[in-house]
Amino acid sequence: MVKRIVVGAHYGLRDWLGQRVTAIVMALYSVYFGICALLLPEMSYEAWSGMFAGGFMRFFSFLFFMSLFYHAWVGVRDIFMDYIKPDSVRLALHVIVMFLLIGYAGWAAQILWRL
Amino acid sequence: MTVRKKRPKHLALHEIRLPLAGFVSILHRVSGAGLFLMLPLLLSLFGDSLGSAETFADYKDTVSNPLVKLILFGLLWAFLHHFCAGIRFLLLDVHKGLDLASSRQSARLVLIVSLVLTVLIGVKLW
Repeated sequence: MVKRIVVGAHYGLRDWLGQRVTAIVMALYSVYFGICALLLPEMSYEAWSGMFAGGFMRFFSFLFFMSLFYHAWVGVRDIFMDYIKPDSVRLALHVIVMFLLIGYAGWAAQILWRL
Repeated sequence: MTVRKKRPKHLALHEIRLPLAGFVSILHRVSGAGLFLMLPLLLSLFGDSLGSAETFADYKDTVSNPLVKLILFGLLWAFLHHFCAGIRFLLLDVHKGLDLASSRQSARLVLIVSLVLTVLIGVKLW
């Protein structure tokens, strides 16, 4: 058996796995959301906001958004790593995207808990 | 002194013939990037739709704009493609459909199913 000494930042497997776990969470939520939306009697404010008012839906929606932002972070970061060669530009873009996604997370939480 | 040999690069994008699976792969990336870029629009629409009866009316106004409708239609496709292609990649991860024939077939299936779903859902929402 060959024992390899792996060097590096060790975030590869975590990101790989995280990308897949968040994908599964979002896929399940998408199906659940689709079914709930189809079952709405009408597209009115009362029906629509009522759909998100329940504890489970709020929790699941929040989980969806957090998965989405983590997933987007890994995906967009990989795109930049592939195409943006100058380190300074790539670093700047990484920072911007990270701040954007943190802001979006706050925004999503505010939307869900304002109800 | 080391002289760097100039290597020829043959990256004529219009001449590269991607296999179907390659198409699905690059579209996965393109659709993901598009969805990311449009997150502010989607979040603000979502926020309006849940804010109050008044902002809900604003939301209805915004989405009845033909240009917004077109963007949302595109994003619907982007989401559905990303969704279907993602499920295909998850199956490939667990070694389902790795041989050439089934990989080609699943790639074709992803392209077709995401387009059909886009039309079906798009028509229902239009």
